[in-house]
Amino acid sequence: MTRIRVLAGTRKGAFVLTSDGSRAKWDVSGPHFAGWEIYHLKGSPADPDRIYASQNTGWFGQLIQRSDDGGATWQPVGNDFTYATDPGTHLWYDGTPRPWEFKRVWHLEPSLTDPDEVYAGAEDAGLFRSRDGGVTWTELTGLRTHSSGPGWQPGAGGLCLHTIILDPVHAGRMFAAISAAGTFRSDDHGETWRPVNRGLHDEGTLPEDEPEVGFCVHHVEMHPSRPETLFMQKHWDVMRSDDAGETWREVSGNLPSDFGFPIGVHAHEPDTVYVVPITSDSLHFPPDGRLRVFRSRTGGDEWEPLTRGLPQEHCYVNVYRDAMAVDSLEECGVYFGTTGGQVYVSADAGDTWEAIARDLPAVLSVEVQTLP
Amino acid sequence: MTAVRVILPAHLKNLARVQGEVTLHLGGEHDPAGLTRQALLDALESAYPVLRGTIRDRATGKRRAFVRFYACQQDLSNEPADVPLPAAVAAGSEPFLIVGAMAGG
Repeated sequence: MTRIRVLAGTRKGAFVLTSDGSRAKWDVSGPHFAGWEIYHLKGSPADPDRIYASQNTGWFGQLIQRSDDGGATWQPVGNDFTYATDPGTHLWYDGTPRPWEFKRVWHLEPSLTDPDEVYAGAEDAGLFRSRDGGVTWTELTGLRTHSSGPGWQPGAGGLCLHTIILDPVHAGRMFAAISAAGTFRSDDHGETWRPVNRGLHDEGTLPEDEPEVGFCVHHVEMHPSRPETLFMQKHWDVMRSDDAGETWREVSGNLPSDFGFPIGVHAHEPDTVYVVPITSDSLHFPPDGRLRVFRSRTGGDEWEPLTRGLPQEHCYVNVYRDAMAVDSLEECGVYFGTTGGQVYVSADAGDTWEAIARDLPAVLSVEVQTLP
Repeated sequence: MTAVRVILPAHLKNLARVQGEVTLHLGGEHDPAGLTRQALLDALESAYPVLRGTIRDRATGKRRAFVRFYACQQDLSNEPADVPLPAAVAAGSEPFLIVGAMAGG
């Protein structure tokens, strides 16, 4: 019988929420790694019981945990994320050069085919790969050492590599996104990279300027059946590319605000997209205190608010960039977690919502596994 | 053979799956009179590899900013890593304390 497993990373530990295919009743286990920040957990598509988790605190640094039994038990694996070459410098907030310094892993992306292979996106922005189940890590230096690297500047959350997308169709193609450098593409398994940011504009950028990097990309998603199409939630603007990142166009349309963090794509409808608008860059909560997911069934531009089951007054939470995911049941489920500790599920593609959990620590990430 | 006592903060006890004090049996080339913090932490990480990177930065080997070291009523956090620890620590009569600094809220 089909089961759903939701992996929620929070400020104070990881939680595993499971249900049958009805998605009506949930068992919650956790906190795993109580007291530690869990930026991200993700299961291997090739072996769903293989799950990787990024565990961190400001006190004791970075650990990677691995489960081989679906999150019931865990073992710490490797945590040596030493940059492979002379780190060099990037730009600090004040515009001065600052040496690259590893701080944490924001995102873990397991290989589509090999449970022992997994990528890690780090702050300060670096891309690491393990081929032994997370025991040892090697930096793919082509990204950090791109000629634009010395000009990368952190976003408010740090110089973080927060998005890694593995193209399921074009062998060797992958995407990475960095705040506030932008989006990058590799066509050779991560060995070399180039920025793919044409069409993006930030406040303060003159229209005639076409800088190669310097964009505060918040999150990027791809539908596996249409890998040329990418959807992006940027600091401001919801964007779309139909040529694998070569060019982007804005699809914010009628959104009440085009500022936000996560973006999701329906499991079976590549033109059905979800965002959670936030008031502004200085007001990280929903407009008017109403928590609304917006859905487009037209690949952007035309958006409808989804409110049933979500608080429509006095709601001042945020939804972080990695805290939205979908399952792949026939009736696609959509999930997101909030800084207020709620994890919401919609078992009908967004029409109605229900809280799975209401009082967890602030949710940093949500991933979903659809299990046979 | 000298038994050196180490007290870990709660999170690192959980990580290392230990309760109470950690006892490190230092033998061979260990000179009790010259036990340094470097040697003690090397021995601790050798016995509990999961602690690598949690006390000292992986890249620089320096004490992590919010980790402090105490022994014999002294704050040793900013002492050089290669100077001898108090004799009572080396002799095992006093523990070496690794503490998560009070910070944040």
